[in-house]
Amino acid sequence: MPSNELKSLVKRLNDDFGDVDPNNNDKPNLMSKETHIEPQNSSLVYSPKREVQESFEEAPLWAAVITYIGYLILNVFGWLRDFLRYSGLEEKKGAIDPNPKGFVPLYSEYECFYTRNMYTRIRDCFNRPICSVPGAKISLIERVSDDFNWTFKQSGRTIEALNLGSYNYLGFAENNGKCASNSIEAIKKMGVASCSPKQEFGTMKIHKDLEETMAKYLGVEDSICFGMGFATNSTNIPNLVNKGCLILSDELNHSSLVLGSRLSGATIKVFKHNDIDDLEKKLKDSIVYGQARTHRPWKKILIVVEGVYSMEGSIVNLPKIIELKKKYKAYLYLDEAHSIGAIGPNGRGVVDYWGCDPKDVDILMGTFTKSFGSCGGYIAGTKKLINHIRTYSYANCYASSMSPPIAEQIISSLNTISGADGTDEGKKRIAQLAWNSHYFREKLVKMGFIVYGNNDSPVVPLMLYMPAKIRAFNVEMLKRGIAVVTVGFPATRLTESRVRFCLSASHTKEMLDKALEAIDEVGDMLYLKYSKRKVHNA
Amino acid sequence: MLDLIPDYVKNAPFYHLAVEAFLLVWILWLIFRKSYSPAEKNKLSEKDKKELLEEWTPEPLVPDYEFKDSVINPRVVEGPVAKYAIVNGVKSLNAASFNFLNMVGNEKINEKAIKSIEKYGVGSCGPRGFYGTIDVHLELEQRLAKFFSVEEGIIYSYGFSTIASAIPAYSKRGDIIFADEGVHFAIQKGIVASRSDVRYFKHNDIEDLERLLKEQEEADKKNPKKAKATRRFLVIEGLYMNHGDLCPLPKMVDLKYKYKYRIFLDETVSFATIGKTGRGVTEYYNVPREKIDLISGSMELSLGSVGGFCVGSSFVVQHQVLSGQGYCFSASLPPLLAASAIEALNIIEAQQGEMFPDLEKKCKLLHQKLKSVNNLTVSGIDISPVKHVRLSFDNTLEKLEKIVDYAQANSVSLTVARYLKEEKFSPKPSIRISVNYDLSDSEIDLIVNVIEQGIKSIGC
Repeated sequence: MPSNELKSLVKRLNDDFGDVDPNNNDKPNLMSKETHIEPQNSSLVYSPKREVQESFEEAPLWAAVITYIGYLILNVFGWLRDFLRYSGLEEKKGAIDPNPKGFVPLYSEYECFYTRNMYTRIRDCFNRPICSVPGAKISLIERVSDDFNWTFKQSGRTIEALNLGSYNYLGFAENNGKCASNSIEAIKKMGVASCSPKQEFGTMKIHKDLEETMAKYLGVEDSICFGMGFATNSTNIPNLVNKGCLILSDELNHSSLVLGSRLSGATIKVFKHNDIDDLEKKLKDSIVYGQARTHRPWKKILIVVEGVYSMEGSIVNLPKIIELKKKYKAYLYLDEAHSIGAIGPNGRGVVDYWGCDPKDVDILMGTFTKSFGSCGGYIAGTKKLINHIRTYSYANCYASSMSPPIAEQIISSLNTISGADGTDEGKKRIAQLAWNSHYFREKLVKMGFIVYGNNDSPVVPLMLYMPAKIRAFNVEMLKRGIAVVTVGFPATRLTESRVRFCLSASHTKEMLDKALEAIDEVGDMLYLKYSKRKVHNA
Repeated sequence: MLDLIPDYVKNAPFYHLAVEAFLLVWILWLIFRKSYSPAEKNKLSEKDKKELLEEWTPEPLVPDYEFKDSVINPRVVEGPVAKYAIVNGVKSLNAASFNFLNMVGNEKINEKAIKSIEKYGVGSCGPRGFYGTIDVHLELEQRLAKFFSVEEGIIYSYGFSTIASAIPAYSKRGDIIFADEGVHFAIQKGIVASRSDVRYFKHNDIEDLERLLKEQEEADKKNPKKAKATRRFLVIEGLYMNHGDLCPLPKMVDLKYKYKYRIFLDETVSFATIGKTGRGVTEYYNVPREKIDLISGSMELSLGSVGGFCVGSSFVVQHQVLSGQGYCFSASLPPLLAASAIEALNIIEAQQGEMFPDLEKKCKLLHQKLKSVNNLTVSGIDISPVKHVRLSFDNTLEKLEKIVDYAQANSVSLTVARYLKEEKFSPKPSIRISVNYDLSDSEIDLIVNVIEQGIKSIGC
């Protein structure tokens, strides 16, 4: 029902409003939290600082107030414009339902209002087409709009820009070199697709090779690969839990995890982002009180977390979660989409980063889109688990198997990362990424920006707060030749619009310095240096 | 002192005062006693909790059962899964994969894919929103829209996630979906994800559909306010993957305007197989495409690539840019696969004169020949490029698997149709044969003969 949606939206808005109450001491721990965690094996951490720091500095009150005023203005003008459109004074743009009258409207009123009056204003910042490798530098296709972003035309020109937006962590987005040439060979040998699911006639030798290589790399018994990362989560969680089971899910989990959890039919409880105490409390209560109403004991409890959170730049506190999972006999599903390859001294994700045993994580999941410069996802774990997934996975049974050149790209990049190709290229890339992440983040903090997340994370979110600054920052940076990703509601909370920088091993120091200089300039121009903190150990 | 006491107290009899004093004490007791609460008595002590925590034993993550070898260790193909594929070192005729137009391994397509890697690399390293939109994606979207002569197209990076994302983008909790019992698994999951009320009607049974629609009409009359806010959708397949037959589209379009539902038509199988020029069932039935609200399809069958797409009016399709989960939150399709799909479309558009009548001819021929095989039933329409064949008596999965093994040993690759237990309406076990338009008459004979021999070999 649309009205239900509206209610939940209003509730969400209210929740957000509640967050900035300066007298409210019971703030969500996302704000103003700083944790200091010692990794288990500190010798493994290559950070210049031995201490892992995660910071979520609170927005200054004035910024929060102006953010709300910003949304208020947007809403008031939205209503006004809608009134003008309704009364026929302004031309209605956008597509109209081709069906005759009498059909129930296809979209809910609020959704349309948001798209029409807010999203469209800044639409040119998203879905920007490119026409090159999404590497350290990209060519953007210039789009122009002569009707305020309702439609776009390509001007025929391209804009060369430094790319701080793609998930190209280890720099494997390349159109030459070993990976590309191996993939080309794979096309010549095997074509581009199999047109059959793996259970029927789509299993190719290259898939077997990939699964073996991946399992070996992760240090587990077996693995299974799928053609799409999103579907790896959404089509496989239902094989692990069902009705009568409980999923404890981090509040900031990716939508694929949320969708998979929903499809499973299990009960979902959400715990505060990366908050071990909250997780423990919920775990304990769930076991003690059992299922709601019937009070039957839960069949299984599955904790679902991500390695690196792509919007916060935070790193999961894995050792503590493993401790909890063992203590309370729960199972652990770890999504390493943004961490595999990008984190840890050997690039083996957060498990490697914390020096944990991969066998302590029941289900290791990750994607090949990011660090490997390819496409798809994997699940790894015990032989028994993987065979179970092979049997019951939606994707394994119904979806077409992975394209051979895509699989080849992963195998080649994996061999480089693990050093199996006999070079230290992989090590170099991992070290470069780590250095870049630290350098870039440290500089931003020193400049006085509010930067979220963990010091070791290659994802660096910089807070903008105000909706109008989303476009301003994006456009100003592009003028200076830097392509960035800016995000706002609904990808983040309403008041927490931000820029998200994704660093890459292919960025050189010169590139980062150029970017930093531009950010500094735009930051001053847009009053983005909100931080009130004295820079620690500067 | 005694003067202070009012007269009425002095005059009151003693028993009166005693009763009042007692009442006063009782009221005070009622107020201040520790109230009895059943919840408190049942409250768990820390010790109880500890015991409960220790007692709880979860079920194993993976239940204990014996894995089926044919499922966890399927045949492994070396080289391309083309018309002929190499299995266990032996070249065998492929009647198992959905390579209807023989696009897999096509030189022109491979060439385009290679050129694409040379220009864009392999992966796109981002979702469509954040620098993952590459010019080939836009081109493919336009080409697909043009192919169907509609306003707009949108592509997904995975066939399965296409319709499974598209349905929940529109249909929400409280809305009603009328769906055919025969729809394939991805559609079923899309319906579950939407959390809408679903009414399944019997496969291709227009009367049953109308019965459900009338029922709903009655319910609407009782609650017109709710009816005004309840969207209705009809979700059907053009050619049913699990049945091999066509949907009665014209009748469904007629009913659309009477009962005010929107039609989502999945053309996974029928796209680029059915119709004179491969435009699907709308072309076959000559139904104007504006009457269908959304057409979805897959590039993993006829086009020999990976991914899926939706086409339709801008009003409908554009919405998925923000609301199609598999579109928004997933990395975009690798450019080489988009380039391959474009090239496949080029091939189709260049050869349309012969390709589809040819495919139709082969489908009919195979259908007819299969029909003549003893102890075998073939379901579906004769022009369907997927054929489900079943044993007339004692049709079990084990027997069908044996026939498939027999065929493989004789260098013909067949497959049983694999379904999960979770299917809403489990189809009967079958061998699913896919027709490649490039099959020669003798190759068709080979397939039929092998099946015939296979049936004999298991003693039926």
